Amino acid sequence: MPRLPLEGIRIVDITVVWAGPYACFLLAHLGAEVIRVESIKFFQPLTRGAIPRPPKAVVQRGQPPWIWGMPNRDPGQRPWNRFPMFNAHASNKKSMTVDLRVPKGKEILARLVKISDVVIENNVTETMDKLGITYDWLRSIKPDIIFVRMPALGSTGKYANYRLLGSMNEGVAGHNTLRGYPDMDPTAVTPIYAADAASGAGAAFAVLAALHYRRRTGKGQLIELPQIENFMPYLGQAILDYTMNGRIQRTIGNRHPWAIQGVYRCKGEDRWCAITIFNDEQFQKFCQATGHPEWATDPRFADAISRYKNHDELDKLIESWTILHTPYEVFHLLQRAGVPAGPVMDQRDAYNDPHLQARGFFQKAYQEDCGEHFYPGAPFTMSETPPSIRRGPVRLGEDNEYVYKTLLKVSDEEYQQLIEEGHIGMDLAPDVVA
Amino acid sequence: MPDMALSDLKVLDFTQAIAGPYCTKLLADFGADVIKVERPDGGDPSRRWGPFPNDDPHPEKSGLFLLLNTNKRSITLNLKTEAGKKIARQLVEWADIVVESFRPGTMAKFGLDYPTLHALKPTLVYTSISNFGQTGPYRDYLASEIIIYGMGGELYSTGLDFREPVKMYGTVCQFLAGNIAAVATMGAVFVARLQSIGQQVDISLMETQLGNQDRRMPALVAYQYTGEVSGRIPLGQAGYPIGIYPCKDGYFEIMSGLGRFRQAAEMLGNPDWLQDPKWYTPTAQQDPALKEEFEAHFFPWLMEHTMAELWEIAQRHRVLSAPVNTVADVVNDPVFNERGAFIEVEHPVAGKVKMPSRPFLMSETPWQLRRPAPLLGQHNEEVLCGLLGYSKEDLVKLREQNVI
Repeated sequence: MPRLPLEGIRIVDITVVWAGPYACFLLAHLGAEVIRVESIKFFQPLTRGAIPRPPKAVVQRGQPPWIWGMPNRDPGQRPWNRFPMFNAHASNKKSMTVDLRVPKGKEILARLVKISDVVIENNVTETMDKLGITYDWLRSIKPDIIFVRMPALGSTGKYANYRLLGSMNEGVAGHNTLRGYPDMDPTAVTPIYAADAASGAGAAFAVLAALHYRRRTGKGQLIELPQIENFMPYLGQAILDYTMNGRIQRTIGNRHPWAIQGVYRCKGEDRWCAITIFNDEQFQKFCQATGHPEWATDPRFADAISRYKNHDELDKLIESWTILHTPYEVFHLLQRAGVPAGPVMDQRDAYNDPHLQARGFFQKAYQEDCGEHFYPGAPFTMSETPPSIRRGPVRLGEDNEYVYKTLLKVSDEEYQQLIEEGHIGMDLAPDVVA
Repeated sequence: MPDMALSDLKVLDFTQAIAGPYCTKLLADFGADVIKVERPDGGDPSRRWGPFPNDDPHPEKSGLFLLLNTNKRSITLNLKTEAGKKIARQLVEWADIVVESFRPGTMAKFGLDYPTLHALKPTLVYTSISNFGQTGPYRDYLASEIIIYGMGGELYSTGLDFREPVKMYGTVCQFLAGNIAAVATMGAVFVARLQSIGQQVDISLMETQLGNQDRRMPALVAYQYTGEVSGRIPLGQAGYPIGIYPCKDGYFEIMSGLGRFRQAAEMLGNPDWLQDPKWYTPTAQQDPALKEEFEAHFFPWLMEHTMAELWEIAQRHRVLSAPVNTVADVVNDPVFNERGAFIEVEHPVAGKVKMPSRPFLMSETPWQLRRPAPLLGQHNEEVLCGLLGYSKEDLVKLREQNVI
């Protein structure tokens, strides 16, 4: 059996919230030993919870589920191990706790860095600087270390220490004027985090490129992934339209620049499908498949340009048909006819989807504070070294014994002392409230 | 040639459109030698998609193509001909990595499927990018950006509760898929180099959305934990000030409600009206009357300030905040320009084109623009004669036979 691609690579993971953890999620799926460096004395909001100890009433009512949906809507004894936003990315990782704000904690970090290959963080630029966790310091401990920093807006310039969440990076990048309903202003856009996912994928690629180079030359390096700059190509068509033509694009909603496209209401409550009709041939097939050959000969829809001009009217006709069918009926009926269509799948649909079941996308994993559940797997598959969930979402401090005793060769006495000094534990300190 | 991170990697690139080319762009931009194989009749379809300068379509001037294909070479090859297939197989022997994004089964028709090429070169990394993956009941189904987002991603929960779900801009999902493909491809390169084992990487665009941190994985986990679906929810119920607000010259986003309300008060200069203890009770953030009262003061304050002013004031008080930029705002921002986030690429046909430059900075092996996106078949002679040893007369024949 081949070894996983990154077996033997150890990553010191000082990441928070989503962007950095997603990079480590990908690297852990590739087999790296990812060790989350966490703290029982400091709580980073939105990493292992919105707040450290949410009252049961808040957990029961809170919306949306992807933030507040702890198992059975119950915070349990250790809510920080039950947070869906965290557990989504935390499979295959390890967790240690240490207080990096005191010299002893930094000394422990140094010992870990000495036996690691990569250090990765996505805090506000000054946070690491204040802790003294700089590239020069890391390099003095491990000369070939790869250090990845993921500042939101870059580590230099006026915005270096600006504070924002991923949803706001969309705004800075221009995305919030490029999406949403065309008949409404940006106050109505839903917060999304596309740049967070992009940053994680970009950083994982950067780590792989740097590891590849290190294997050839023995040299480590410093990587800076400014999350906004990494995301700019994703808005490439709008950026190039501006730099080439001076045009400031605004949202066109669900429309396509030239095809017929929309999200259409289907039978059932809040059920929808997406359809894209790229060309004449697909339009003919669409009209046949839906039993409306008269649309195919309607002069308003005779060619691509006419159809686009009369998009609103065509949408009404399309929806008059989709409303009679479930999203999956629309999907299979149109796909069998050769027309691109798909159900707008909620989370239940995803787990029940026969295609995803056939491909084994979801995998069962156990975690002591949550029990056994299915989790989304890796966003890629490989024939010889397939990624899998080898271990459920990691609990806070779950691997302290392994990291301190096995890796760092800490004696039993010293271990006890580190517990007393508040470095080691599996419970947030009682005074941690925000 | 300077030693870049991936300088030792040779990539044979059969991809087109967006996801595949973004994958191979990442490899090329960090040093890999990427030979892009295009159809002789028109090449990559993205050459026909805009934007174009002055909206004037031209296969060498597509902004999208120019962005996605930096640092690559282009050859044309008709893979339906025997001679074309033979050249492709010769290039496979040269390559470490093959990346393709045809509909599943197409490469088999060309005799270039994974089993065939694996037999030819056992250490080959072979990355296939498709809508739904190489297996499963939807394998041959068609898709588009919005269908991928709808089936794989969080389209369902994006938008207002009383309206239809609404997608992201353009082709964001396809870019992410390309980036994920580059990650998995590099993973396979490690296995090839360290263990001499080749393999096929199977990228399903749908799965790159399902295994995506942007709300999808958390929402999937939450469903497992609670049986509840995450749908579209009304805005403005989480507390205040939280959300996007109109200001003097546009829109501005602030998140300073709940536990961060004191920072909001400081940002507003701690006015008298915010001294009342009622603002700081545990239930204040859920009180609609208080929210209304707050907004009666807050909205006029916002309208007195520009986005730029608001950002400075808010950040001075450590308030999580951001302007709602237009694409012009971000492209003209002096900070990003000084940092080198954009580059003016000189292209022989399109002229000077300003576009995003590097996705990340590397201290030892920085991103470099070694060449602009290639003209269609620009490197036919360089590759066929220089690399494979064909003569110029052979090239003439191949051209006559519509092979290149």
